[in-house]
Amino acid sequence: MNWLTWLNDFFAAPAHRSGPDSVLHRVLEHLVFSAEALALATLLAVPLGLLIGYTGRGLFLVTALTGIARALPTLGLVTLAVLLAGVGDTAVLLPLTALAAPPLLVATAEGIRGTDPDVRDAARGIGLTHPQTLFQVCLPAALPTLLAGARTAAVQVIATATVAAYVGLGGLGRYVIDGLATRDFPTTVGGALLVVLLAVAVQLLFALLIRYATPRGARTVRVDEPAGSSPALSKESI
Amino acid sequence: MLDGEPLVRWRWLGDHLGYLAGLTGDHAVIALVPVLIGLLLALPLGLACTRWPRLYQPLAAVFNVVYALPSLAVFVVLIPYTGLATRETVMVPLTFYALAVLLPTTVDGLRAVPEPVRQAATAMGYGPWHRLAAVELPSAVPYLIAGLRVAAVSSISLAAIGALIGRGGLGYLFVDGFQRTFPTPILAGIVLVALLALVCDLVLVAARRLLAPWAAGVAR
Repeated sequence: MNWLTWLNDFFAAPAHRSGPDSVLHRVLEHLVFSAEALALATLLAVPLGLLIGYTGRGLFLVTALTGIARALPTLGLVTLAVLLAGVGDTAVLLPLTALAAPPLLVATAEGIRGTDPDVRDAARGIGLTHPQTLFQVCLPAALPTLLAGARTAAVQVIATATVAAYVGLGGLGRYVIDGLATRDFPTTVGGALLVVLLAVAVQLLFALLIRYATPRGARTVRVDEPAGSSPALSKESI
Repeated sequence: MLDGEPLVRWRWLGDHLGYLAGLTGDHAVIALVPVLIGLLLALPLGLACTRWPRLYQPLAAVFNVVYALPSLAVFVVLIPYTGLATRETVMVPLTFYALAVLLPTTVDGLRAVPEPVRQAATAMGYGPWHRLAAVELPSAVPYLIAGLRVAAVSSISLAAIGALIGRGGLGYLFVDGFQRTFPTPILAGIVLVALLALVCDLVLVAARRLLAPWAAGVAR
């Protein structure tokens, strides 16, 4: 019982080196599926968030939605979706998208809402139309907040995709679930470690994106918690 | 696909009330004890972070990463130490998730005391411990409760994932329902998890009204 032997067993296994159960293939499956869910959630949540944030109408809806999304058990949604819609990736895409959308929606709405009202007035004053104000002034200002929401959503999707291996989804969760089912510990632990690495890598990627989306002037201001870094603000069940 | 199986079999629910209550109780223990332990750890850690501010940045960064670790992966990594299908394997990670939420809110809460208030307390002869108990902690209550609400609700929904390693309270209903292609337990599980979360949230809101009546609407 030793970590190094397990990991060595895991990475040395021929099945994990090439073919459909190889590490590379599983990582790609996990990434592609997570990206699909995230893209779908973005398509749904960001336009709605822009609208709600800019008009200030329906903010209560956003708060209620996040509260509900946080309380729903991911495993329950995933198993129910598969029972209702049949085994397959499309059935799993539904709950994953539904879980990724609320943090994105909140972040977009709050980011747009948080634009300095004076700046908005100034934009209108120099003759920008409402859409111009929204896309050329509010959206750039809200981008770091929006990306922080996207980070929460991404991490959530990666975690839920792991759980969804239980209902037949591919990706790194396969190692964890199949290893558990066959009491094959090296496989389970190897898979878990890869999931952890993937989640950390995605977090770092988003940290970089947020840094580059923040104007240089705002970057130098030292704050205790940069926008969206406090996990308490955008916590979802992972 | 369901092949004519109804979405909810009400009779099954009626026949299994005691069973469902037992799972709910188990779920509440697995999910909420870690939140309490997380609070007990967050208070001294938060105090240390306000006393030695240099400690806070690295700690916050570490917990930010910890919070984003997928729970199933963490459960699995712990199995060699705490055992398969034990409560501890689920409760230890949940404690860290709760701590990751509660540490920033504790620090925010402790820092929220205006400096003049702190100085006034000192001028009135309050020692550091007396001031902590009588001024700083009460001021932090709305923040702590806001953090507890997030921590409790996420902990309740996360605990269900423990079912995949054999110990997840209400999460067992999802595994059971899926294996038998029987949606009734799954729906019952989703509703009970959400209800448990709602009840905890209402209790915490009531606690805030009681403990910090001045804070209505300050910290969501």
